[in-house]
Amino acid sequence: MARKSTQIDTSAKQDLDKRLKEMNQRLGRNVQPEKDGSPEKPANTGYGNAFRLSSEFISAILVGAAIGYGIDWLLGTTPWAMIVFLLLGFVAGIMNVLRAAGEMDGTLSSEISKRQEGNRDES
Amino acid sequence: MANDPISQFKLTELIPLEIAETNISFTNSSLFMVATVVLTSGYFIWATSSRGLIPSRAQSFAEMTYEFVANMLRDSAGSEGMRFFPLVFSLFLFILVANMLGMFPYFFTVTSHMIITVALALLVFATVIIVGLMRNGLGFLKLFVPSGVPLAIMPLVIAIEVISFFARPVSHSIRLFANMLAGHITLKVFAGFIVSMGSIGAVGIVGAILPLIMTIGLTALEFLVAFLQAYVFTMLTCMYLNDALHPGGH
Repeated sequence: MARKSTQIDTSAKQDLDKRLKEMNQRLGRNVQPEKDGSPEKPANTGYGNAFRLSSEFISAILVGAAIGYGIDWLLGTTPWAMIVFLLLGFVAGIMNVLRAAGEMDGTLSSEISKRQEGNRDES
Repeated sequence: MANDPISQFKLTELIPLEIAETNISFTNSSLFMVATVVLTSGYFIWATSSRGLIPSRAQSFAEMTYEFVANMLRDSAGSEGMRFFPLVFSLFLFILVANMLGMFPYFFTVTSHMIITVALALLVFATVIIVGLMRNGLGFLKLFVPSGVPLAIMPLVIAIEVISFFARPVSHSIRLFANMLAGHITLKVFAGFIVSMGSIGAVGIVGAILPLIMTIGLTALEFLVAFLQAYVFTMLTCMYLNDALHPGGH
């Protein structure tokens, strides 16, 4: 049922696109066809990325320190667990940052390739 | 309104209420949360009430929002993740509308308070843990054991993974709250410059153009941040839910 309706939708849209294109050609207008599909995702801004990476890093250190403090409080081993877990939190933070950066890199490279494809279509 | 940049975040009790020595007053924060929910659900109920095959402008916008979130969820958590769609969609709309309402002058920004964002992040965190344990049983703990790690350094790696797992709700909530807080303080500070410069005479009035330009730019940036943070929060929710469905997938 759902599939059928989408088929009808796309054929109608293709028809409309074709007629629009013909009309634009007849009028001598150069209009880029509207891109269909999902609405475009917002591009990652540098500001957003910076905030993401820094919060990722800081939160891991904070959580590590909190876990260490909790263990110290329970076992009375002040300050050893806190020292160890602060360092572990530091490691976890760096790992998180690398992971997040890897994801950003993935979306970035896919975006770049998409743009290059777009350029190829135009030329 | 007071001139210091912090007073905009002050909670005021509109309807004082106290039950069992716990203050549960209806504050301005509650008012704006109610406004957010009423506005969002009201719009969606109104926009989708006619349900035309050829959508009206309002219906088309509602459908676009639906598609946007659905694609985001499907991309990161697979079609299996669509069972979380109501949660993710509500989170996205709540944060987005709350952020946007906060952009009105004299309005209160709900998401600039840490308690709200922590509650939202813990909701996601608890969902991930409960669903992960229910679906995968102890297999969920594979999340902490990356494949291909030598046994000798396993305890260290597990400790690091556990820390980074518990760091998730912290960074998840701090990011949203800090962005909104910092953005609104910056706006207020720069807008305050205009007033204080303008009060020192003709030279000051000419000079006040600079912070005015800055304020206009920052307002635009804040609108971007308001949307972007809602998007990022939802995006990360999707990724965390994916971990609940497919532990050890990365």
